[in-house]
Amino acid sequence: MKVLWLQSGGCGGCTQSMLCSEPRSLFDELRDAGIEFLWHPALSVESGEEALAILEDCAEGRLAFDALCIEGAMLRGPNGTGKFHLMAGSGRPLTEWVARLARHAKWVFAIGSCTAYGGFSANTPGNPLEACGLQFDEQTPGGLLGAGFQSAAALPVINIAGCPTHPGWVVDTLEKAALEGLRPEDLDEYGRPLLYAGELVHHGCARNEFYEFKASAMKQSDLGCLMENLGCKGTQAHADCNLRPWNGSGSCLRGGFACIACTEPGFESPGHAFQETPKLAGIPIGLPTDMPKAWFVALAALSKSATPKRVRNNAVEDHPVVMPAVRKKGGSK
Amino acid sequence: MTRIVVGPFNRVEGDLEVSLDVEAGRIQSAQVNSPLFRGFEQIMVGRAPLDALAIVPRICGICSVAQSAAAASALAEAMGVVPTVNGKISRNLICATENLADHLTHFYLFFMPDFARPAYADRSWHGAVSKRFTAVRGDAAAEVLPARAGFLRLMGFLAGRWPHTLAIQPGGSTRAITVGERIRLLALLREFRGFLEKRLFGDSLAAVAQLASKDQLLAWADGRPGDFSAFLHAASDLGLDKLGCAYDAFLSYGAYDLFPAGTWQAGQAATFDPVAIDEDTTSAWLAAGQPRHPAQGETIVDANKPDAYTWCKAPRYAGQPYEVGALARQVVAGHPLARDLVQREGASVMARVVARLLELALVLPAMEGWVNALQPGEPFCAHGEMPDDATGTGLVEAARGSLGHWLSIKRGHIERYQIIAPTTWNFSPRDASNQPGPLEQALVGLPAGEGAPPTVQHVVRSFDPCMVCTVH
Repeated sequence: MKVLWLQSGGCGGCTQSMLCSEPRSLFDELRDAGIEFLWHPALSVESGEEALAILEDCAEGRLAFDALCIEGAMLRGPNGTGKFHLMAGSGRPLTEWVARLARHAKWVFAIGSCTAYGGFSANTPGNPLEACGLQFDEQTPGGLLGAGFQSAAALPVINIAGCPTHPGWVVDTLEKAALEGLRPEDLDEYGRPLLYAGELVHHGCARNEFYEFKASAMKQSDLGCLMENLGCKGTQAHADCNLRPWNGSGSCLRGGFACIACTEPGFESPGHAFQETPKLAGIPIGLPTDMPKAWFVALAALSKSATPKRVRNNAVEDHPVVMPAVRKKGGSK
Repeated sequence: MTRIVVGPFNRVEGDLEVSLDVEAGRIQSAQVNSPLFRGFEQIMVGRAPLDALAIVPRICGICSVAQSAAAASALAEAMGVVPTVNGKISRNLICATENLADHLTHFYLFFMPDFARPAYADRSWHGAVSKRFTAVRGDAAAEVLPARAGFLRLMGFLAGRWPHTLAIQPGGSTRAITVGERIRLLALLREFRGFLEKRLFGDSLAAVAQLASKDQLLAWADGRPGDFSAFLHAASDLGLDKLGCAYDAFLSYGAYDLFPAGTWQAGQAATFDPVAIDEDTTSAWLAAGQPRHPAQGETIVDANKPDAYTWCKAPRYAGQPYEVGALARQVVAGHPLARDLVQREGASVMARVVARLLELALVLPAMEGWVNALQPGEPFCAHGEMPDDATGTGLVEAARGSLGHWLSIKRGHIERYQIIAPTTWNFSPRDASNQPGPLEQALVGLPAGEGAPPTVQHVVRSFDPCMVCTVH
């Protein structure tokens, strides 16, 4: 599978993240799956005219490629000119290059939430950059390529959303396409591969015991559950971050800070401060989406009343101060 | 005179275009264009102040932690919060991990593949260098990517993840390290040290750190296995120890309490005064006006401004262009090897690459010391209140140089947020006095055009540009 990769209104973080792919070297891993970069702006040797020749041949259908991977938002401004990002050396808007190339691709992959939905660039008040995703404009279908776009493999844009994407999400999706193909039922309603978006960030969260007892962190660096006070959206965010660790053993929650739901469209503008949970009459709004609110409130009150001292005390410290009890031999009869 | 437009420049971070005026095969003048504008300074305006911690890492995927650290410092100043001892150590470790990983990525994936180009097929070293450093396929990549990923595992423990962490806070870190994790951090550092000593240097980090002059460096490298020696050999052969000099005026904000802040120009060290910075918009597609200190700075798009040629502003220190980066840091800090290289031949391609690799040898042992100094059980984060009205400045060193954030808060919201990134300094355009930026200056006189060797590529990449940061 030949991959052509371009970057626009993004930070390059999805490529940097992808290079952390483990346990094998990314290049060896992809090569063994029959995947090669026809050109990648951060990795390939060709610069200048050589690079433009490859892109022009691809855009004109003279050079075959399979997958078009785009990283970064599509910047259509100012006034539809695309001048906020002209591809260096070509004088042409990157949006024009992407539209030309997408016509020839078997698969089009949006790498990261900027590319999928528009990202932070679409979030400047009034969106002067006229930024959008490939096939979404925030939550709304549309974007640069249009709501009805289908690639040559009869699929919409595949949104490997995340800010940044986890290396495993990209590598596994590319390999799935190369080895088995992708079908519409492999994607959710935002075009995200279910191989990672079929989970919630909440699944496998190391703070689960604190969540069960609603033993909440009160301030940054506390060990408790971050949902009640510190803005955590792990129960609503589609991703397997706590099942598939980052950088060996990490995740946002394991790092001590809230999930800001970076795989969801519109995460950049939650309507409240990122690290605070908005509340109505003391009850957090934005509770888990698939649970009736009344039940949640009732269960939370019950579990709070049953919280063990260990869990309650440890929740508001940055290291455990009460250890799990060791049952004395024969002492519990 | 012919004008050549070179771009896209790949194996830099982001998109870059360079226009060269060439006569008789030599560059007479150069214009550097950052063709991507993202408008991050506007995104912050009106937000809750601490939202900056979630937004600024997204400026840059290669130095996201440096952006976080600058924002956290600016917010800490606004809040009047002082990080805890553990929090400060943790922040140093997180920043150093990113910076060293960056140096490694730059050397192996961005810089060295140019030596494998067919243009150098007649050189004695070309066969060996191509086998090792050809882009994507060279055998170095197969070793370097696992070493890099392994080293960045430090971030899994210290920051939750990389890029884009929220762990760095004004008062320290959200992530307290346990007794067991401290042992694991040391093991990861030992593993990375092993890679550097075996494959990059072919010698101990201590031996590299002690090299004190260009002569010592070349004598040390002679006949030594290792990728650093391969670079020195090729670079000497191509004369890259004499090419790519800009103004030899250097600036550093100081890093990790290990390297001090200061400036260095014409052999003279001086203290750094943040008041002397301003930004000029003459050549940028931004509204014109007098140069402004970033605390009063503005970013107003003027996309059709005549004679403008980039989205990048021109930061100046006391009115002069300054070079930032690992070489600047080490020259300011007084490392004898960095000073000797610059005093003999100026800030060459070779000097810039040497300074980055030198930092690997200098900082990794310091990181081992910091991990040992962590005190599990003691607090990692101090807390405070955000005032409704305040200002703050955060000055840090990213891998590729000095990064500054200036913010003001009014009625509980961000009123103004201005950023000067390292590449904004190095790749700045002409200012109102028509002074070219450092790269524009460094390209003058180089061979270019039909049949020219890829010298321009080496000089551009020697700065390790990060274009997504430049215009943020």
